[in-house]
Amino acid sequence: MELEAAKMIGAGIATLALAGVGIGLGNIFGNFLSGALRNPSAAPKVFGNLLLGFALTEAVALFALVIAFLILFG
Amino acid sequence: MTAIRIKRVAQKKEMVAVAGPLQQFEIKPIAEMEIAGVDVSFTNSSLMMVIVVTLLTFFLVGGIRKGSLVPGRWQAIVEMAYEFIANMVRENVGREGKQYFPFIFTLFMFILGCNLWGMVPYQFTATSHIIVTFALAAVVFLGVTLIGFAKHGLGFLKLFAPSGVPAPLYILIVPIEIMSYFTRPISLSVRLFANMLAGHIMMKVFAGFIISLGTIGLVGQAAAILPFAFNIFLTGLEILVAFLQAYVFAILSCIYLHDAMHPSH
Repeated sequence: MELEAAKMIGAGIATLALAGVGIGLGNIFGNFLSGALRNPSAAPKVFGNLLLGFALTEAVALFALVIAFLILFG
Repeated sequence: MTAIRIKRVAQKKEMVAVAGPLQQFEIKPIAEMEIAGVDVSFTNSSLMMVIVVTLLTFFLVGGIRKGSLVPGRWQAIVEMAYEFIANMVRENVGREGKQYFPFIFTLFMFILGCNLWGMVPYQFTATSHIIVTFALAAVVFLGVTLIGFAKHGLGFLKLFAPSGVPAPLYILIVPIEIMSYFTRPISLSVRLFANMLAGHIMMKVFAGFIISLGTIGLVGQAAAILPFAFNIFLTGLEILVAFLQAYVFAILSCIYLHDAMHPSH
């Protein structure tokens, strides 16, 4: 196989991490909503934690993006 | 005949796609300098950081210059920023973390300023370069490690061996804790840099869609409204991400500081 083609395939495979990130983000927001609907008065207190969890999970997707870029251009 | 036409189309495409999505991150020296063989040119990245620091100083000092008991609009915003970080430090580090508040506040405002200034058209995002964010993260990492050793001496190493764990598990847990400690500066810097990079690339890619749709006739021009609308949505999202990443960087620094203050739990 040509090196260029192999790089492209590798970069595509690197984005598979998005599957896990999708599950994680769904978990975070789904659990926040179900918790917030059970006890709406407690929801504002954990909103900061929600955003923190969102950013930490989203970062995993961006690590995959960085790896894809390293494969393509590195 | 066909070859000429293909060539012309290719030329047209080249003209349209003048700037690739990665071109915006190019560093251009403004004033070239060299000290002892090291390139220390004043670049567009340095210029943006100088602008951000100047604007932040003006914003913060100008806001509290009058210092009235009942704050006006400007003073209220500055006080809100101050209280936001003060609360974060109090909740995450504790009362004795108050002496580190100026550092966390500076860190937060600088990152927020750089992120937001990058959203201004034709400007440059200083935090979209790994070397800038890694320098910030390395300062946090080294500072936290030094504070930990200065406060607790060798007792700081208890951080790597959490209490209340069955003895055999230590063989597994101690290497994991050490690993996670040393990947902190990398994950901290890559998170901020990758967020800024990905956001700006995404906006440029959708801007490219608008232009390439505009070249294929009336139907394309009508369809170009879709990527345009999406780009407006992305601009809003990027401003949210700019706040969020500055917040995450600051709160993680607070959590690391808390670890350094109380290593035994």
